[in-house]
Amino acid sequence: MSDTVVPHKAGSSAPRAGVASAPWLARLGASDVFYSFRRSRLTMAAAAVTLLFFLIAIFAPLLAVQNPFDPAQLQLMNSRIAPLWTADGQSPFLLGTDEQGRDVFSAILYGLRISLTVGLLGVLFSGTLGIVLGLIAGYFGGAVDSLIMRIADVQLTFPAILIALLINGVVKSVFGNRLDAMSMLAVLVVAIGLSFWVQYARTVRGSVMVEKNKDYVAAAQLIGLPAPVIMLRHVLPNTMGPVLVIATINLALAVITEATLSFLGSGMPDTMPSLGTLIRIGNNYLFAGEWWIVAFPGITLAALILSINLLGDWLRDALNPKLR
Amino acid sequence: MSVRRTLVAAATLAIAASLMSPASSQTLRYANQGDLKSLDPYTLNETTTHAHLGQVYEGLITRDKELKIAPALAESWETPEPTRWRFHLRKGVKFHNGDPFTADDVVFSADRVRAKGSNLQTRIDADVKVVKVDDYTVDFILTKPNPILNSQWDTWYIMDKKWAEENSAAAPTPAAATTPTYASLHENGTGAFTVESHQPGVKTVFKVNPNWWRKPEHNLKEIIFTPIASEATRVAALLSGEVDIIEPVPLQDIARVDASPNAQVLKGPEIRTIFIGMDQTRDELLFSNVKGKNPFKDIRVREAFYKAIDIESIKTRVMRGLSTPSALMIAPQLFALSKDFTRPKFDPDGAKKLLTEAGYPDGFEVTMDCPNDRYVNDAAICQAVVGMLARVGVKINLLAQPKAQYFAKVLKPGGYQTSLYMLGWTPGTLDSHNVMYDIMGCRDDPKSPRGETNLGGYCNKEFDKLTDQVLQEIDPAKRNLLIKQAFEIAMKDYAYIPLHQQALAWGVSKKLKVVQRADNQVLPYWMVKQDE
Amino acid sequence: MLAFTLHRAIQAIGVMIAVGIIAFSMFRFAGDPVNQIVSLDTPPAERAEVRKSLGLDDPVIVQFARYVGNAAQFKFGVSYQFRQPVTALLMERMPATLELATCATVLAMVFGILMGVYSALRRDTLLAKAFQAISLIGISLPTFLIGILLIYLFSVTLGWLPSFGRGDVVRIGWWTTGLLTVSGLKALIMPSVTLGLFQMTLIMRLVRAEMLEVLRTDYIRFARARGLTTRAIHFGHALKNTLVPVITVAGLQFGSVIAFAIITETVFQWPGMGLLFVQAVQNVDIPIMAAYLLMVSLIFVTINFVVDILYTVVDPRLRSTISGAA
Repeated sequence: MSDTVVPHKAGSSAPRAGVASAPWLARLGASDVFYSFRRSRLTMAAAAVTLLFFLIAIFAPLLAVQNPFDPAQLQLMNSRIAPLWTADGQSPFLLGTDEQGRDVFSAILYGLRISLTVGLLGVLFSGTLGIVLGLIAGYFGGAVDSLIMRIADVQLTFPAILIALLINGVVKSVFGNRLDAMSMLAVLVVAIGLSFWVQYARTVRGSVMVEKNKDYVAAAQLIGLPAPVIMLRHVLPNTMGPVLVIATINLALAVITEATLSFLGSGMPDTMPSLGTLIRIGNNYLFAGEWWIVAFPGITLAALILSINLLGDWLRDALNPKLR
Repeated sequence: MSVRRTLVAAATLAIAASLMSPASSQTLRYANQGDLKSLDPYTLNETTTHAHLGQVYEGLITRDKELKIAPALAESWETPEPTRWRFHLRKGVKFHNGDPFTADDVVFSADRVRAKGSNLQTRIDADVKVVKVDDYTVDFILTKPNPILNSQWDTWYIMDKKWAEENSAAAPTPAAATTPTYASLHENGTGAFTVESHQPGVKTVFKVNPNWWRKPEHNLKEIIFTPIASEATRVAALLSGEVDIIEPVPLQDIARVDASPNAQVLKGPEIRTIFIGMDQTRDELLFSNVKGKNPFKDIRVREAFYKAIDIESIKTRVMRGLSTPSALMIAPQLFALSKDFTRPKFDPDGAKKLLTEAGYPDGFEVTMDCPNDRYVNDAAICQAVVGMLARVGVKINLLAQPKAQYFAKVLKPGGYQTSLYMLGWTPGTLDSHNVMYDIMGCRDDPKSPRGETNLGGYCNKEFDKLTDQVLQEIDPAKRNLLIKQAFEIAMKDYAYIPLHQQALAWGVSKKLKVVQRADNQVLPYWMVKQDE
Repeated sequence: MLAFTLHRAIQAIGVMIAVGIIAFSMFRFAGDPVNQIVSLDTPPAERAEVRKSLGLDDPVIVQFARYVGNAAQFKFGVSYQFRQPVTALLMERMPATLELATCATVLAMVFGILMGVYSALRRDTLLAKAFQAISLIGISLPTFLIGILLIYLFSVTLGWLPSFGRGDVVRIGWWTTGLLTVSGLKALIMPSVTLGLFQMTLIMRLVRAEMLEVLRTDYIRFARARGLTTRAIHFGHALKNTLVPVITVAGLQFGSVIAFAIITETVFQWPGMGLLFVQAVQNVDIPIMAAYLLMVSLIFVTINFVVDILYTVVDPRLRSTISGAA
């Protein structure tokens, strides 16, 4: 079973963000990491579920009975059909259909795609931004460092969801009302990305400040290697362990943030729903007894986040042997 | 939230009241999705606000349970000549503060409602002279005949001149007022209830007016109004008995409310017409992949769009049976000859053929604007339309957004920035002329307000001529024929695609008897609640 | 120490100025407030009039200067929707939000610490595993889904708890409280649980981790060697050492709780600042949105400032190193 992780909801820095920095590749290769992985059946199950979700997201077009994003494929006459195993079920709608005649199973597959895309791109965005800023701040120190860290301070004052809402609003108002579904997706990625970079920056900065005083960095400087090379080739790899842990946990947070933005009406549009949008739409039908519209996307989302969190937990423990 | 102290005070009063009146008096708890904003009756021209303020204020006329014009503060009226209306005022009516109601108050209110800052200036034209004949007689002198002069006066509420002047509230509170005026926070009407406390966005408490000039048909001692925007919460509040009446009930929850032991849904057609409009003025659409020409200028394209939409499916599936498909841009209750019109049949193959003939065998792309928090299931309707048009080859990019952004984009101040849109309209006058003038009239004269909400810019001079004749025609039968003639022209032009009149859906506790009017005003002065 | 406090204070003011710029520039350009205050058939001349009287036609710099000047005096103008001073609206809503956030935090602390301690001391019991599972579910379900499920269960199906609002409240000066009436307390239960669940998870995991770590330290080993009872070691030493970071985190998280109340308040129609904010966003009510942002920032910054200073008082070693431990 996993040990501890402090989830970093809302971008506030919990003081326990750091994980002992160590050459993570070596550690990952070390047999005890894989031993701990194999030992924990729960972690293995979580890994399997996560993998499954990624696979069905990738192969959604092959598995789905319809493309829920193509309005021509939705028939109103097929709307609000109950799941297949109930008395009112109809083939081929395994998990039933929603108000627009959208097959819930297909919508989940495609929605999973959107949610994971937003999550992964958001994490990639925030990770890249945070790592670069953290490297710069930690390596150069001085005025650059304090400027970056002051910005981080200001941002840390606010929970990520509030920042994401604000950024969403800013982008939307700047680009006016002409955002289509794809640009909405980009906006979400940017909003989530900009909300979560601080943790990476702080962690990387901390590690860099430790590493840069070590002999090998001094040696690299002596032989005249340029700063970017030293940072990327020598310092960065040493910070990857904690970054990986943060990224895993943030992936779950990014997916939740996306769903929450959708709930508040700032997420993906109804014509191209993510899991969060599906839950928002389905919520309206819960009282009506059309539970399947919200239940299945809800279960999927919860299972996705749960398994990612379990993986994050395990990763954190595996890289921090002190706690085992 | 109620305050303990006032609760105690209210309870004391209630005990006193129950000692005086033999009938048991009740507390009505009412939740609406929208809020009561300003208490100044001339600040905002909006149905829900009118309904709330109609509990404390009254007009010269009122609309009865069937929406027919009925006497209120005016006992009777006549038109000695087509340009002169004479109103005989009711005697012995008192405002809530005890001031007597007289002709001076009518003249004052007529000036105030037309003054700068009022949002209800359309109630009386600027060139109408309002003359006090004696304390209980007022003349309205027009420059040209207007048979529907008083049709919007049920929501032109009469205010107390003395009270307003004493509290420096003689001028209406403009919507954009930067400081609240006395009249926006206090009321002094003649109506059935007084405002006890008003916390915008949280709660408003109304108390019965014991000195009301009418014999009450209700048995309420107070009304506690709470706005609840969340659909699920609103329904839950009704089902758990925390409130007695909610408006609206989301369509999908109607069955559940009806199945519950303590509440039911009161349904009825609303007089708002939902329709789709197309930009037919620009030479090139703003949001389309067709360049150099405007497909909507071709009547065959408009006809194709009309015929591609399966209104029956929208009714049964999206609206769950709670809509009345409409052939006209006005509700059947408001136009006697509506029966003579039928919608062209749903015909996707015909639509495809028409598009091919018009030169779009593979369809084209266009963006549709749609609100998602304004009308019943608005975004869902638009989504369904997108699917139906996709099947005849037209690719629609749906832009469904909150009404704030939607209206900012498509209305006149936003420069009519739309190529295809969905809108709903209730004529404030409850009369066809308003529809013909405001949303179907040519907007080519920049100085005239004609066609101001004609977002697609449909324009037919023959139609406009009929509109002008309709305004001046006094004989109802002839007038109806003129209206019919005009609507026939618009239909032949495929000017608009009317969809339906949406349904009213109020969730009502089984303890409560209410009167539901087609204009969707929730009016507690007709409500009777059983003992708890 | 004085220098440090001063430094921190300047930093806090800097944050507030930055937030002010963001608040102003963001809300200045979002949506069109004019459409919110006039009806559909208002002529354009009148619309222009409204626009002018709101000052929306002035140069942006002028608008910003006016904005900052007013904000410094806690004047945020009049709400477009309600036509009442924003400050009054916010002050009226603030007790509701603070009460909800406090209750949620207290719930989270009590249950989080109890569950955390138990699962640290009895790592392999079934109950400890159940707590772990609950904590995972707590962070894996979106807040709004939890809220709706609770309403469905406890209001609609069982009819035990009210589904919305604060119940009856008692006014004490300008403060209103629901803690003194039965209906007020009942109304508080579901929103507090919904809002506090995530914090509870956080605290439970933190307590468990801290306990495990402290129990491994030499200091505890010495205590054991000295022959102290297990109870004394666990609660006298281990838990005491654990509580400092836990209380710090809970304090810092209080700001997040207030912000996350946006979602909870929307679901339960809790008449607090978050609900006001959501309504304002939907209605493009710029004065309220800007004021909310500034008020919430002020609360955050104040909490962070106080925690920073306290931290330093408690542990002088941190004075130079704890830079921006938000």
